[in-house]
Amino acid sequence: MFPKVTDPERMERERATPEIDTAVRGGGADAGPRPRFAREAVFELSNVTVSYDGIAAVAEVSLDVYRNHITALIGPSGCGKSTLIRCLNRMNDLIPSASVEGSVLYHGQNLYAKQVDPVEVRKRIGMVFQKPNPFPKSIFDNVAFGPRVLGMKNDLHSRVEGALRRAALWDEVKDRLDASAYGVSGGQQQRLCIARCLAVDPDVILMDEPCSALDPISTGKIEDLMLELKRDYSIVIVTHNMQQAARVSDRTAFLMVELDASEKHRTGRVVEYDETEKVFTNPGDPRTEDYVTGKVG
Amino acid sequence: MSAPPPAPPPDVTTAAAPRVPLAIPHAPRGARLKELAFRGGMLACLGVALVTLAAVLIQVFSKGIGRVDLNFITDLGSSIPDRAGIGAALVGTLWVIAVCIAFIVPVGVASAVYLEEYADRSRWYNRWIEVNIQNLAAVPSIVYGILGLAFLVRGPLSLGHVVLAAGLTLALLVLPVVVIAGREAIRAVPPSIRDGSMALGATKWQTIWKQVLPASVPGFATGVILAVSRAIGEAAPLIVVGGATYLSFYPSGLGSDFTVLPLQIFNWISQPQEEFKDLAAAGMIVLLGVLLVLNAVAVWLRNKYEKKW
Repeated sequence: MFPKVTDPERMERERATPEIDTAVRGGGADAGPRPRFAREAVFELSNVTVSYDGIAAVAEVSLDVYRNHITALIGPSGCGKSTLIRCLNRMNDLIPSASVEGSVLYHGQNLYAKQVDPVEVRKRIGMVFQKPNPFPKSIFDNVAFGPRVLGMKNDLHSRVEGALRRAALWDEVKDRLDASAYGVSGGQQQRLCIARCLAVDPDVILMDEPCSALDPISTGKIEDLMLELKRDYSIVIVTHNMQQAARVSDRTAFLMVELDASEKHRTGRVVEYDETEKVFTNPGDPRTEDYVTGKVG
Repeated sequence: MSAPPPAPPPDVTTAAAPRVPLAIPHAPRGARLKELAFRGGMLACLGVALVTLAAVLIQVFSKGIGRVDLNFITDLGSSIPDRAGIGAALVGTLWVIAVCIAFIVPVGVASAVYLEEYADRSRWYNRWIEVNIQNLAAVPSIVYGILGLAFLVRGPLSLGHVVLAAGLTLALLVLPVVVIAGREAIRAVPPSIRDGSMALGATKWQTIWKQVLPASVPGFATGVILAVSRAIGEAAPLIVVGGATYLSFYPSGLGSDFTVLPLQIFNWISQPQEEFKDLAAAGMIVLLGVLLVLNAVAVWLRNKYEKKW
């Protein structure tokens, strides 16, 4: 349904980047360190509204997420960041009351078109959750689970090793692959969840507050890892931690909660979406400025 | 300790010092007495249960233990007390329980999975099924006996008074126990495990089969063993289904006539001779032994597969 993204193909596209450079949107080459290749959109959201039981949790979001970028979604609690990120791999489908309006294009293809199978979507768009959620299995079986259910059974061991290496976890767990995943620390569990996600060769990794349950050292390791991973993957991260967004992300979307007319329901909206540096140093909206400088929130 | 410092320096922390004395008073005498009386009362209630159990056990063991030996366990029914044994009933119980387990495990797991993972609770028929499963667990066992007689022994299936009919009757009787325990077990699997699996591109079925069910094995196992423990002790429905009270051969298969431990005990108790009453006590010891073994297996399974999230 979607083109299968394999590493050689990706590398070829990266080499062929200068031609597509005309498609660059927003921010010039001088706006800080940027990936050298083109700003190809992975997701194009237009007018996306996600509702629970008909009540909008996040409304009228239009933004583009670029390839090999880390895109951060920041904002106060209840502004719909998690709801928004979960609609990028159709995890909201698992909540019966949720509905999505507007269009979410993934490499130009509507994710919510009738013939699109959400299972196929999630194969390409992996997700790491707020709380580390390893399966009650061994470390090896945790990473091997995805390849196994997707039928990637050739050379499973080297696939697992590769994923653990890319998640910077291999050296710490290589001697106890058969031990329970619950026996490692919280930070290691979260990197295990990232490895699990990498093992199925995704195109995009969605991270929903991946460090909120971790100490600063583990958080630092995950952030280093993200910077490493963005060479091969596109990453969208929801975070409560503005410093984290400032440290790792290329672009930042700031969401704000608004009360509706009846003052009963809270709806999140994107206030500003731009280069991270600009959002944090020279925001275009006073509400963003108040938030990132700590005057509110 | 009990009085505030005489000249508190004018700083914020001591300015807000508590006005009440800091020494903690003893609890009033009355409260302690009440506490003691309450504890004593609860212990006495527990005592009623324990004393009754002890009385039964002492009675049964003092009468029956002398009769429990290898011959008693292997011998068939006989009208001469010295030759009568529990062998046929023990083998019959094993057969009937095997049929029962073979039925309740797949059907119970499938029902629990449907109700927890697929049933849309906004539909009236799903809510109706749920309520009725709760109700079925409370239906008297004799009613299942009549059901078994009408539908399995005679009627549509016409199996006759055989092991298969008895096993299926007991299976219907205890199925709600398995379904309810299984649903609890499935519900105890945290949603984060399901999310993690679905986010990797696993289908719902793969998520259930490879994550949810393995994680709920201990809950299911406990439910099945509780159900089997109940089934083993049932006499009433099997009287109706036509269990023999005297069998001169070992039940040999699904189509064989049968008797089970509770029926054999019931039969011996209703004999006039005193020797048969001793046999009944010995039979109860065997029945208790089987139940104890089953419960031990349940505890072992639960500990072995217990999961921490």
